[in-house]
Amino acid sequence: MPPERLHAALRATPNGAWLDGVLEKALDETTAAPGTFARSFAAAGRRTGRGPLPGVPGWTADEAARALLLAALPPGRAATEALDLYHHGDADEKRAVLKALPLLPIGADAVPLLTDAIRTNDARLLAAALGPYAVHLDQALWRQAVLKCVFMGVPLAAVDRLEERADAELAAMLAAFAEERQAAGRPMPPDAVALLARLTSDPSGRSDEDQDGRRTTEET
Amino acid sequence: MRIFDPHIHMTSRTTDDYARMAAAGIAAVVEPSFWLGQPRTNPGSFTDYFDSILGWEPYRAAQFGVVHHATIALNPKEANDPRCRPVLDLLPRYLDKDRVVAVGEIGYDSMTPEEDDAFERQLALAVEHELPALVHTPHRDKAAGTRRTLDLVKASGIEPGRVAVDHLNEVTIDLVHGSGCWMGFSIYPETKMSPPRMVELLRRYGTERVLVNSAADWGVSDPLLTVETAEAMLAAGFDEDDVDRVMWRNPVEFYSQSGRLDLTGVTGAAEPTFAGSSIKRGGE
Repeated sequence: MPPERLHAALRATPNGAWLDGVLEKALDETTAAPGTFARSFAAAGRRTGRGPLPGVPGWTADEAARALLLAALPPGRAATEALDLYHHGDADEKRAVLKALPLLPIGADAVPLLTDAIRTNDARLLAAALGPYAVHLDQALWRQAVLKCVFMGVPLAAVDRLEERADAELAAMLAAFAEERQAAGRPMPPDAVALLARLTSDPSGRSDEDQDGRRTTEET
Repeated sequence: MRIFDPHIHMTSRTTDDYARMAAAGIAAVVEPSFWLGQPRTNPGSFTDYFDSILGWEPYRAAQFGVVHHATIALNPKEANDPRCRPVLDLLPRYLDKDRVVAVGEIGYDSMTPEEDDAFERQLALAVEHELPALVHTPHRDKAAGTRRTLDLVKASGIEPGRVAVDHLNEVTIDLVHGSGCWMGFSIYPETKMSPPRMVELLRRYGTERVLVNSAADWGVSDPLLTVETAEAMLAAGFDEDDVDRVMWRNPVEFYSQSGRLDLTGVTGAAEPTFAGSSIKRGGE
């Protein structure tokens, strides 16, 4: 999701202009009072509203404002601020940080935030952790996170690059989980059933290599 | 009947409680920061707790259709422990959060100089962050503690209408009634107040600026005593509108002063119920 597109969509909302004023003030380290950036980040939901962002499916106005605040930071500050804002954030702020990660020039520095979010029992954080930035997540943890989605009823549509990364090991885990569910007389979510069927219908299993030729199946 | 419990510690309650509360009409709650029975020993213990009542607990409440907000503070009891006091410097960051609708519980436990200092500093934080204040009154020496509370509130410069003085009873209500502060009453199975005593106070003092809560926590307490008090009001001749005022519109009015009370999604509560309320999303 290019920041420019988020910004244009946010500007088109009734209170979206708030961000432009803030970007000028909060980011100026020479004039901004200490904590201005964090305060703006915390207040974003109250200023822009929290409705769906028109034309950008999967994003809300507050998420976009917060992601754009992070994206506007000088590259050297982005990782530190993302970690700080996540660790001091409420659930909405944490989710916005997770969604912003793919927009930031931070490499794999924020992977600990994904592992934190995946440990929680909050379905919204779990889903946000499996967006495009999860490309930095190792395959073993990624599989556990996908299985946790199935367990918690998070739609697998939340998982970025699912078809590409789903492998024979994940298929085995899903099959075992389906067996447990069957024994308990409880249904398996239909999207998980469909994924398992796709993975097991191919006699060779899924490729151990993704489209870029990188190995995605690691030692487990 | 719709009920807003303006003071309840849901962290200490089970999902069964949430289910029973929702079924009985309790659609919104405020969870004030307080102590957990076992004393804390460091600021990190507080911030984990704040994260919990601003993150996990509203999420848990939402599973049952209950809207959850919180108040943030260093409580009076733990204000006496030098290992905990550094949390005062961490509060401003938490007071900026969306679901924080007051500074609290602040006030007195044993009326020590340390409690004076924490109380005073946190009233100043309430003014600075444009938040109301929820003030706990002590269980021991309550009348003296209530008087001292009102003196400190007056000296702080915070508007009395932005302060709720909580855990009042027949003895302390008169002190607060003329002060302009809101009057909070905690209905407990054995201690504090009971539904019939509460109804009697409402008959004598009226329904204005009165907040009724269960203050349910990890001790002997009952999250449904707000409902029982509402039913006792009806049985005593109050009408549905009186009950709605005490059990819903009053807490909405008090906490709306934060500009952050968000009752979107509460059935039948989407419309502002009095002039100047800002219960809609983004309504700062």
